[in-house]
Amino acid sequence: MRFILSMAWRDSRASRRRLVLFSLSIVLGIAALVSIGSFSTNLRRAVDDQAKTLLGADLLVVGREDFSPEVRAFVSERAIEQAEEQTFSSMAVFPGAEDGTRLVQVRAMEGRFPFYGVFETFPADAPERLRAGGDVAIVEQTLLRQFGVGVGDTVRLGQTTFTVVGELLAIPGESAAIALLAPRVFIPLATLEATGLVVPGQELLLRHRLLFTLPETVNPLEVERNLRASFPVEQLSVDTVDERRRELGRALERIEAFLSLVGFIALFLGAVGVASAMHVYVRQKINTVAVLRCIGSSARQSFAIYLVQGLALGFSGAVLGAALGIAVQLVLPALLEGVLPVTVSFFVAWGAVAEGLIAGIVISLLFTFLPLLAVRRVSPLVALRASHVEGMGPDPWRILIGIGIAAAVVTFAIVQTGEVDIGLGFAGMLFLGFALLAALARGVAFAARRWTPRRMPYVLRQGIANLHRPNNRTVLLLLSLGLGTFLILTLYLTRTTLLREIQTTDEGGRPNLLMFDVQDDQIEELVRLAAAEGAPVTRRAAIVTMRVAALRGQPVEELVGPGRGRGRGGDGRGPAGWTLRREYRSTYRGELTPTERLIEGDFIGQAPAGDPVVPISIERGLQEDMGVQIGDEITWDVQGVLIRSRVASVREVEWRQLEPNFFVVFPEGVLEGAPQFHVAAMRAESPAESARVQRVAVSAFPNITAIDLTLVMQTIDGILSKVSFVIEFMALFTVATGIIVLAGSVMTGRYQRIRETVLLRTLGATKRQLTRIQLVEYAILGLLAALMGCGLAVVGNGLLAWYVFDLPPVAPGGLLATAVLSVVAVTLTTGLLSSRGITNHPPLEVLRQET
Amino acid sequence: MSAQIMLNVERLTKTYAAPGGPLTVLKEVSFELGAGETLAIVGPSGSGKTTLLGLCAGLDRPSGGEVMLAGVPIAGLDEDARARVRNENVGFVFQNFQLVPTLTAIENVLVPLELRGEGGQEAETEAAALLGRVGLGERCDHYPLQLSGGEQQRVALARAFMNRPGILFCDEPTGNLDDDTAAAMVDLIFGINRERNTTLVLVTHNLELARRCGRILRLKGGAVVSDERTQPAKVHA
Repeated sequence: MRFILSMAWRDSRASRRRLVLFSLSIVLGIAALVSIGSFSTNLRRAVDDQAKTLLGADLLVVGREDFSPEVRAFVSERAIEQAEEQTFSSMAVFPGAEDGTRLVQVRAMEGRFPFYGVFETFPADAPERLRAGGDVAIVEQTLLRQFGVGVGDTVRLGQTTFTVVGELLAIPGESAAIALLAPRVFIPLATLEATGLVVPGQELLLRHRLLFTLPETVNPLEVERNLRASFPVEQLSVDTVDERRRELGRALERIEAFLSLVGFIALFLGAVGVASAMHVYVRQKINTVAVLRCIGSSARQSFAIYLVQGLALGFSGAVLGAALGIAVQLVLPALLEGVLPVTVSFFVAWGAVAEGLIAGIVISLLFTFLPLLAVRRVSPLVALRASHVEGMGPDPWRILIGIGIAAAVVTFAIVQTGEVDIGLGFAGMLFLGFALLAALARGVAFAARRWTPRRMPYVLRQGIANLHRPNNRTVLLLLSLGLGTFLILTLYLTRTTLLREIQTTDEGGRPNLLMFDVQDDQIEELVRLAAAEGAPVTRRAAIVTMRVAALRGQPVEELVGPGRGRGRGGDGRGPAGWTLRREYRSTYRGELTPTERLIEGDFIGQAPAGDPVVPISIERGLQEDMGVQIGDEITWDVQGVLIRSRVASVREVEWRQLEPNFFVVFPEGVLEGAPQFHVAAMRAESPAESARVQRVAVSAFPNITAIDLTLVMQTIDGILSKVSFVIEFMALFTVATGIIVLAGSVMTGRYQRIRETVLLRTLGATKRQLTRIQLVEYAILGLLAALMGCGLAVVGNGLLAWYVFDLPPVAPGGLLATAVLSVVAVTLTTGLLSSRGITNHPPLEVLRQET
Repeated sequence: MSAQIMLNVERLTKTYAAPGGPLTVLKEVSFELGAGETLAIVGPSGSGKTTLLGLCAGLDRPSGGEVMLAGVPIAGLDEDARARVRNENVGFVFQNFQLVPTLTAIENVLVPLELRGEGGQEAETEAAALLGRVGLGERCDHYPLQLSGGEQQRVALARAFMNRPGILFCDEPTGNLDDDTAAAMVDLIFGINRERNTTLVLVTHNLELARRCGRILRLKGGAVVSDERTQPAKVHA
């Protein structure tokens, strides 16, 4: 053993730098795994530690209508402390910013919420001032920044002007990402009525929330069960800390699994790099092994010498990777800031570190084993005759190791995803992807050997020849760089596809500004105002709110009782709960709109006189989830009045268009007398015009809400950039691994290159020619990797666009060209940097090695 | 001739599979060699000299016949068992020196003993002494790259004698050396050989060198064409 260890150490002398470089290939993969695992552990601990702050209370009850005295009494009997909140969307106007308007989430609050955690504001006493009452508001910091206003300035909601007393930084249980969708404005509950924003009977999107704490002896789940059982018709939704934690846990597990798999791809890629480098390394050591065999070393001893080196390499790579992973973990919270609802503090999660270390050692060991097996079969005769080739029969160990690698990858994928099917699917895709890329790479090498024109200039021919000759890096590089390019570019393309779709929505005179909550007596005036401002209303619709009272004659209460009405509908398990519980905002009209298509039945525009059952049209998704067919009867509760209807037609609706679209459309002649409000769609030619129209409309009718397409685009872009940044960060591990593998493979073939270069120089090649040969080789490799990655990304984006987003894919030539150029530039730079000095080697050094 | 037989070769045959049918490169070669005897194997290129050497040293398995090395029949042994026999009884000197490039001169010399687990201070002293014997006492810590061809071959010679072999196999030991260096090298080989009473098997093209051995075995087309006893030339130790 001592001999093996000391021989392994001595033998590595000349190649230690190279071995360290090999080990770097797996460093980033392990770093990714350790950082993600460690961060997840920290996150889970934070979620556990701060569990109560996920809700800020023990129990949250949400209702669409004001709570009945019975519900309030139920809560008061059990609660230690309680708070109430009414929340809805409305337009905020900032007089200090030339009456700039923005859709916000108004949170009218009463009570000392949050009971757990801190209501973080600047200045810190703002919550106290809010609780003290008066026309004061705490406004989302980002919103204030957007309008260039701050504490002391004013914000108008409806008819009331509030003084901003604080900037909202964070509130327990809510992630800052919410601000991207709808910035929050907190006001005292007592001031809500005076704003005139909540008209009794028309509280459309208003939510009532009761938050309270319970004595420690009381189980919140018990209270939740009692509440649901006691008030089945109130359609209350109840949230507990445990539910929040479970939901968050599930979401985190998915994110963790996804990121770990990305990290694993990097590790796998690195391991392939290690295997390839070891393969070359072992080939260079064959003579040494043969000499050792001549002087009496056994096959096992020689194998053990290089296995020790391989193990040391895997171990040092794993340790370096784990250390780097811990460092990277410090960065992750900053990257995910605002996305997470808890504050994550840093500690080293040794469990995750150990997992990363084990994964790294096992993977690198398995992958180094494969090339090392050749050492066992080196014949001592090689020492006498360098050309001696041992008859290599099939090696059962190779098959065993191959099975070991497959098993390790599959096991890892299953452990990471937590599900056998998904794990197997991922491993399968990984093997398939690698096989595909490897096959393509081999095809390229084959083509280079077969079809290189003989008349091509020597420098080009030599560069191309490097793609297929022994020790080439074609397969390895195309795999690593191609895969990295593919991952990153797919993200970019998907983002472009989504944003392009929204841009297209803005073309061709389509509406790009939508105004909601327009009252009956306001609509005509709004139409006039909009026309005067140069943004005429192109489409308008009346909205009548209603609920489902009965389905096919069966009352909703029976259908949504405990354990019922939770199916997804259309599958024999009954209608999906949401289709029965929700409040419908339906319209009535005589014809289909351009964003609708009839797919079943007849659209009836006029209610037949004297028929007590109204023919209605419903949207396809609703039809599926509700599990209804043409002719099925639905009874509606239209604000106290029951209306019977039958499904006469089913429509396909293009929801993506910013137009008034509806689940349920009634014919004319039924709902005209019901309390209703309106939605109006208009087109503004520029963001400035849109802002002006909003300003004028909101100042005339403070209750109306406007959705601006520009804002929607900004929001989606904001979310996408946040998400894609995290994914890009992880994909970078893969790309960086590709670069290290590239550098490693250049260094591996360095000796061979030096010999070649010396020969060429002896024969009269200039330094310029030698550099050009290298340039040609790296440029071709970079170009092929980039093209392959781009091709795969275009296909990947196409599949995502068609099957996930249901959109036509977009692949801008400029973006693809930039990607190709960047990858070529990275490959060239890395290749030339790692091979620098090769042309400077004195021929004598090589010739002496030859003698 | 000594009473103890160090190498006994019986009807040794080696056949390789070739595209045009089996190719026999060695045909029923037989001879025996006592302790301390010296034998040169000569013949034109392709006559089977190196193949015969390889088989005698247990580097390869014969297709037919038997080799008794230090009394051990090695033809039927597996590779690891033959490796043990080599380690205990055989020393090698190759035409292209075959030093391990990552080991220093003294480390190269030490390897055979370390393989047996017999490294340590005593072994190092002996290795240094051997290097001193071949004139490289001052170059113990030099790497092969830092040594000339003649010096590398002398390190190889020291390594060959390190495990006190019963038999030394030399494959064209002077093939890569100039005349003066070659002459000095030959003197060293024969000198140490005599000091240690080692059996010597030498493959060479050089007839002058061959004549310094007690016997010359001539090969042609894989068969022995003559087995001549000579009056060894004087050795300049």
